[in-house]
Amino acid sequence: MEKLGKLPKFYLAIVFIILYAPIFYLIFYSFNSGGGMSNFEDFTWEHYAAVFEDKRLIIIVLNTIIIALLSALLSTAIGVIGALAIYFMRNKKMRNAVLSLNNILMVSPDVIIGASFLILFTMIGVKLGFASVLISHIAFSIPIVVIMVLPKLSEMNTSLIDAALDLGASRKDVMTRVILPFIKPGIFAGFFLALTYSLDDFAVTFFVTGNGFSTLSVEIYSMARTGISLTINALSGLIFIVTVALVVGYYAISRKSKTPLAGVKK
Amino acid sequence: MKSIIQSAILILLVSGILLFINAELSEGSKAGKGTITVYNWGEYIDPDLIKQFEEETGIKVIYETFDSNEGMMSKIEQGGTSYDISVPSEYMIEMMKEKDLLLPIDYSKVPNIKHIDPYFLDLAFDPGNEYSVPYFWGTVGIAFNPTLLEGQSFESWDDLWDPSLKQRVILVDSARETIGMGLNSLGYSLNSTNPQELREATDKLKALSPNVKAVIGDEVTQLMINNEAAVSLTWSGQAADMMYENEDIDYVVPEEGSNLWFDNIVIPKTAKNIDGAHAFINFMLDPEVAAQNTDYVGYSTPNLSALELMDPEVVEDERFYPDEETRSHLEVYKNLGLELLGVYNERFLEFKMDMK
Amino acid sequence: MNKSRLRSIYSIPYTAWILLFVLAPIALIVYYSFFDLAGNFTLANYRNFFTSVYLSLTISSFLYAFLITFFSLLIAYPTAYLLTKTKHKQLWLLLIIIPSWINLLLKTYAFIGLMGLYGPLNAFLETVGIGKQQILFTDFSFVFVSVYIFIPFMILPIFNALDKLNPALIDASRDLGASSWTTFRRVIWPLTTNGVKSGIQVVFIPALSLFMITRLIAGNKVITLGTAIEQQFLVTQNWGMGSTIAVFLIVFMFIIMLVTNGKEKGASDNGKAR
Repeated sequence: MEKLGKLPKFYLAIVFIILYAPIFYLIFYSFNSGGGMSNFEDFTWEHYAAVFEDKRLIIIVLNTIIIALLSALLSTAIGVIGALAIYFMRNKKMRNAVLSLNNILMVSPDVIIGASFLILFTMIGVKLGFASVLISHIAFSIPIVVIMVLPKLSEMNTSLIDAALDLGASRKDVMTRVILPFIKPGIFAGFFLALTYSLDDFAVTFFVTGNGFSTLSVEIYSMARTGISLTINALSGLIFIVTVALVVGYYAISRKSKTPLAGVKK
Repeated sequence: MKSIIQSAILILLVSGILLFINAELSEGSKAGKGTITVYNWGEYIDPDLIKQFEEETGIKVIYETFDSNEGMMSKIEQGGTSYDISVPSEYMIEMMKEKDLLLPIDYSKVPNIKHIDPYFLDLAFDPGNEYSVPYFWGTVGIAFNPTLLEGQSFESWDDLWDPSLKQRVILVDSARETIGMGLNSLGYSLNSTNPQELREATDKLKALSPNVKAVIGDEVTQLMINNEAAVSLTWSGQAADMMYENEDIDYVVPEEGSNLWFDNIVIPKTAKNIDGAHAFINFMLDPEVAAQNTDYVGYSTPNLSALELMDPEVVEDERFYPDEETRSHLEVYKNLGLELLGVYNERFLEFKMDMK
Repeated sequence: MNKSRLRSIYSIPYTAWILLFVLAPIALIVYYSFFDLAGNFTLANYRNFFTSVYLSLTISSFLYAFLITFFSLLIAYPTAYLLTKTKHKQLWLLLIIIPSWINLLLKTYAFIGLMGLYGPLNAFLETVGIGKQQILFTDFSFVFVSVYIFIPFMILPIFNALDKLNPALIDASRDLGASSWTTFRRVIWPLTTNGVKSGIQVVFIPALSLFMITRLIAGNKVITLGTAIEQQFLVTQNWGMGSTIAVFLIVFMFIIMLVTNGKEKGASDNGKAR
């Protein structure tokens, strides 16, 4: 592995600084004893204390995480299957058509997705709440997974599959030992971006939620009119730090046990 | 392959544990006597009061939030959740009434209605307050920061057109308010249905373009607090939020007149616990409760008895509790119908696209 | 090969998804697009779309989506390339994604603070000697924040493409006396086109319908089709017109897919996808 030069290092540093600047800005003001994200007055932990006192908020955060994890997992599963199906399609026109259909939810503004899903759910009779939110999140995350997995599939050398088949491997073996390991980076990319989609979504969730079920996004957006309290900053700070700790920790552990997070070998 | 399965199992496990914790957490708060579902703007009620209500009545409150009147209405119209209480703005109440989405209020169960200032009752959008009870109210006006200005004052809407304000005025991203300002400045009614008047108002707004720094929504509060902007068209409630954080800011309702707005409590058609909803309304109208809530939210309360319990300095502030004279210039929005609302929005879009 | 049978069983969930959550909503949108406010059948919405207002909105949507995609690619490609060279590349990659898990509205408020007249960015410009600038509510701030939002979506597929690149190929190319630029143009770039194409799709397509940012960061000085749909659905409650604009957005997307996939023939014959 070649060492990075000074200039490349500098470039990466700038990219990371910009990516994290708004988050550190949020966290900085979470210690502000003043009311908002300006005029830093005194240092205080009170907003953090407020997070732990607010049981409703904690429930909402947990809901948000559960929905994100489950929807990302399930949409990844369905998306990978979809990508495989598209990849193995013989008819090129058909392929393009399905791929375009796949992307429709990405180009449709959230209000439209939300409103039409709401109509759909009330028509079928799905109770609004956990299930309807989960299903919607799975639905709008599938396209991103498909798009992340497809390039890995088309990079795959087809002779690899043919060789495996010639050597007597069963179709199942080909799938689990050749194809899936090869497209694994795409699968993980799809999963993580599906997480992003789920955590960020406001409009769709707003329409399809109900019966007391709420996610953090819905909560934050509806605070906009009267002002978002610094409790939310503190909460985001906590979520951020826990996430980074988990990711770094998991990475360290998985390195030690020699199963890299998204290694190439089986 | 192994790592994919491992990761999937790990995710399922974590979700399972979280689901369990969540169930435990929500379990403890269950109480008898039923529940009511309150649908309100975020941070628009003192959470301590919800606890107090739950303790006093034994009714559990499920609290859900929305970020726009229209979004809220779509949800109630589609059903799926039994919202027992909601807090729409006045024009939305009229719209919901038309669509038959509200239940009448039984005042025998709301004796505390006597505390409400009669001035705020029996208004055109809901005659006899058949469907709604005032929650908060306010005006539309100009928030400005004298320390960033060179002595300009804002008695009249026309003062916004002053050439010295180049790139310093912030408008609100809402057609009725912004076009309404144009109409008001020309001496027309906020509820004008005359295309000629709307045309004139739009043209006058276009002439304001050089002064307009941005057309935004609720973020205006933060911008004003940060001294980012010197002048903005704002609702009084947000002006109060600004002034709470930044003492330099002042607020004025121009003399030509302006809008008087309400957020009222209603019982939507979706309600299941109608008695609970009434109990909640009556509770919120209690003078002490209303005073505490007003203190928390910072908007103007219509509750006369609550005013007596509040800090006189707040109550005597004519910017938020204007006198009769100013009030007489204020107009409440009428529901103009979707067709005309469309025209207002088209004009507004025209102005925004012209802004560059 | 009887892959078709296997496919038909396993692809049920995906097919069901397309039917229920793609085709059904589209049918609904197309249906709504033929109705006016009073609920009468009409073609007026389609006629309305071809007025100057919506045409100029379409042009500006495409222009900004193009700019956003272009700058995302410009920044993401070298980032992804350099990331593959770092020691703990998987960890760094995850650290690129993590910021996108913090609520977007909050981050946008943070940007309003950061880019404000009294924010750190302007303080920096002042100490450098450039002096205070109006950054917020400009084309620059709009494109900048949009690129910020989309950058992980661009980096990931490119990273995946680059990561698999065989270093021997590059060494071979160097040994044969190719300059770095030639190596990039002839060896690296062609092998990453699939990843780049994915990146472009996941940035350009959603960028067409961006809204929120147009108000918060651009102060409505940028207006896109997404904003217009938002307004029609929520404020004006003219679902007919809103749906019509959405129908056009979808048509545009189909055209983009046709154009980008047309190029595929030349670019990816290494994989002979059947």
